[in-house]
Amino acid sequence: MREAAVVAQPNPLQRIPGVAIALAALIVLFGAIAPGFLTPANFSNVLVQSTILTMLALPMTLIIMSEGLDLSMGAVLTLTSLCVAIVSLSTKSMLLGLGAGVLVGAAFGTVNGWLVAILGIPPFVATLGTLGMAQGLSLIVSDGQSVVGIPHSVRDIYSATLLGIPVPIVLALVTYAAFHGLLYHTRFGSYVFALGGNREALRYAGLSPNKLLIAVYALGGTMAGVAGLLMTARMNSGHPTAGLGLEFDAIAAVAVGGTSFERGNGWLLGTLLGVLAVGVLRNGLNLISLPSSVQVASVGVLVIVALFLDGLRSRA
Amino acid sequence: MTDISKEALPLPRSFLSQDAIQLFYRLLAVLLICAVLAVLNDSFLSLGNILNVLRQASLTFFIASGLTLVVLTAGLDLSVGANVALSACIAGTVIHTTGSPVLGILTGLACGGIVGLLNGIMVTALRIPSFIATYGMLWVLNGLTYWYMAGETLHGFPAGFRQIGSGYLFGLPIPVYLLLVFLGIGTLFAQRTIWGQEIYAIGANPVAARLSGIPVARRLLLVYAVSGTMAGLASIIFLSRLNSAEADIGESLTLPAIAAVLIGGTSLFGGVGTVFGTFIGALILTLVLNGMNLLSVSANWQPLVTGIIVILAVWLDMKTRRRAQ
Repeated sequence: MREAAVVAQPNPLQRIPGVAIALAALIVLFGAIAPGFLTPANFSNVLVQSTILTMLALPMTLIIMSEGLDLSMGAVLTLTSLCVAIVSLSTKSMLLGLGAGVLVGAAFGTVNGWLVAILGIPPFVATLGTLGMAQGLSLIVSDGQSVVGIPHSVRDIYSATLLGIPVPIVLALVTYAAFHGLLYHTRFGSYVFALGGNREALRYAGLSPNKLLIAVYALGGTMAGVAGLLMTARMNSGHPTAGLGLEFDAIAAVAVGGTSFERGNGWLLGTLLGVLAVGVLRNGLNLISLPSSVQVASVGVLVIVALFLDGLRSRA
Repeated sequence: MTDISKEALPLPRSFLSQDAIQLFYRLLAVLLICAVLAVLNDSFLSLGNILNVLRQASLTFFIASGLTLVVLTAGLDLSVGANVALSACIAGTVIHTTGSPVLGILTGLACGGIVGLLNGIMVTALRIPSFIATYGMLWVLNGLTYWYMAGETLHGFPAGFRQIGSGYLFGLPIPVYLLLVFLGIGTLFAQRTIWGQEIYAIGANPVAARLSGIPVARRLLLVYAVSGTMAGLASIIFLSRLNSAEADIGESLTLPAIAAVLIGGTSLFGGVGTVFGTFIGALILTLVLNGMNLLSVSANWQPLVTGIIVILAVWLDMKTRRRAQ
């Protein structure tokens, strides 16, 4: 049964060119035109700034592999970031804050999974609804104001280093390793491939696709909770629009990374390269002093081009 | 074998009467909400508030009516709110620089239409799933609008132009007349023209539509262009009503428009729904939000409630259709 479920796995070699070439091209481009781009300090900057996106894009890969989508991730991240800020502010405990963020994130993820799997609502509408709900809750709990004065223990997470490596990067690497292990070396991972590729096979194997789907979406919400801690630490506050549109960067990273929207194929390393491509694009545009609005538009163009190329490849 | 033949059958032809029942439920809901609000709050039944509700509903309806056609083809246009913002900002600039409202209105409509056409090209020629193509477009438009406006606000438009959004004619707000006109045009187009019926056919079964000779790609282009143009029209109404344009005016418009379409009984899976239903949907949504406002619930609650309504509407729609089959 396990072999049957793994059939949908793509040949990674086929994928490498697209996203790796895109990343290399962006690095060469900005190396040539952006002053200060090719410095170790800036390189480390790009990596640190990509950590939150990594934590969203990895679970988003699994969700998209299941022929789903999670538009609520950015709004849920905003809400969890506020929860971290509020709880850590009142209890002075970073861990309780993280716990609150993860709980709220996991709850939203589970609701997403339930709406998609049990009620059968198309994922993009179900998560658009929960996007509104998370956005509304963020406004309600914060009353539209920033939550400031959070404890040092939260803020330090973003600036601390471990063996000379910034802690956010360590966290992102650990997350990547965990997702890699989960997707490629556990039964659950094989089932995730089957969710998008061959759901019938799962049923014949006596498994419940619905439970698996809920687990995949819950994982996304949980990771949004963890990323919420990083977001609060990075901004040194909780802000009711902090994560606005981050789900789009995550979708962009997944799409650029070669995970397909319609065939249940996924590639985690591609997503990681996609995250870096988005990070380099934003950082480079920033260095040549283009405003963040242009960065947002470029990421939009990046997604459309990536999907167009993916469509060409699938027809070829 | 029986399963396959059951799935391949189109909806029973009697779905018109099914639609009538659904519509009846929705009108009942409108009356019920009105009754509850009238009991809870004295000022609900005041003429000023009723006109306010109608005007508010008409703004949602303009965006949602074009969107209805898209959803009828089993597609989705998530870019409508961002489209309104860009069109309003560009139209506002044109009015400011040329001093001609007519030129501004035409620019706004054209801008919306072009964006819609680009959406249509992405969906038909590039074959990108509509929800993701228009979601990408949302962020492209957002970026463009913020870049174009660079934090500025446009305000102060000619008095004649402002009449469109805030003026009255025989005691009724002008947007309400526009609403009636477009409700009529939309209903006639969808129900009484061949193109309209082809749009239903594409949504119900795209393969059958193509095999029976309907130019699917051209109809889809039309549908997305209409959705964009209606967003352009909404941008003009917004501009003249608010008398100002900012880059962020579109951010809270998409979800209500989608909610209005879904509450109105248009199925996300295509082929079922009416423009009139969308009008009722816009009315229900506006009544709920207006009611919350009258009961002094903070506006912060609106996205939460709209999100819940979207999910409830889809769920109810799926439940009733499953039972009907």
